[in-house]
Amino acid sequence: MRMERNLSVPGRFDRLQQVGYLVAEAAKEAGFDEDDVSRCQLAVDEACTNIIEHGYGGEDKGKIEVACEALPGELTITIRDQARQFDPNVAPPPKLETTIENLGVGGLGLHFMRQVMDRVEFSYENGGNKLILVKRK
Amino acid sequence: MEISTQEQKHVSVMSVSGRVDSATAPDLENSLKKLVEADKTQIVLDLKDVEYMSSAGLRAMVSTLKAVKRVNGDLRLANPSPRVEEVLRLAGLTSIFSIHPTQDEAVASF
Repeated sequence: MRMERNLSVPGRFDRLQQVGYLVAEAAKEAGFDEDDVSRCQLAVDEACTNIIEHGYGGEDKGKIEVACEALPGELTITIRDQARQFDPNVAPPPKLETTIENLGVGGLGLHFMRQVMDRVEFSYENGGNKLILVKRK
Repeated sequence: MEISTQEQKHVSVMSVSGRVDSATAPDLENSLKKLVEADKTQIVLDLKDVEYMSSAGLRAMVSTLKAVKRVNGDLRLANPSPRVEEVLRLAGLTSIFSIHPTQDEAVASF
């Protein structure tokens, strides 16, 4: 059975927990275990943080819309924003396994999304960014 | 997120609980910064009760680690849950931080 959940929140860090709850409920409906539920929450949290920090350039600059579609064993999360266009190809990669002096933690959000989800797809349409995240059991 | 700090044998032990995300990580970073500014640079961060951590939490930990390493201190981690450990591993930080299974072992390692 297909289940859908939608939420629109202002782009603020204190709303991420609410988004996380929505994603957790949808991931449970898809039949995921606690670890995969947490991974889906992490991916969405990082995506929304990037939208607020880099897309809008701060809090309360625009809204974030999250839609979850749960099928047995598969969760599709679509995140939309009206921030400036995001091109994942120009985002700096994280510096992993480096020395403390060189260590930076920029670029980790996108890296996490790609590590924990099965599909991460960015597009820009109708004046807004659209991110599709898919996780399969 | 809640934070409490206690002193043990010249080591500051900061225990964190709840969610460490973009909304709460600045509080964690500020609390750690206050310790460093007070010349308390041997720090154990007990993560036992952290139920969730995003890259924002890692950023707070890494900036503190850099600050204390400059003055020959260290920030060592205790009790990360498997979920927090996974986030550390994904970020390539398990070889950067000294990670201990218990708070006592982390304190004793100084």
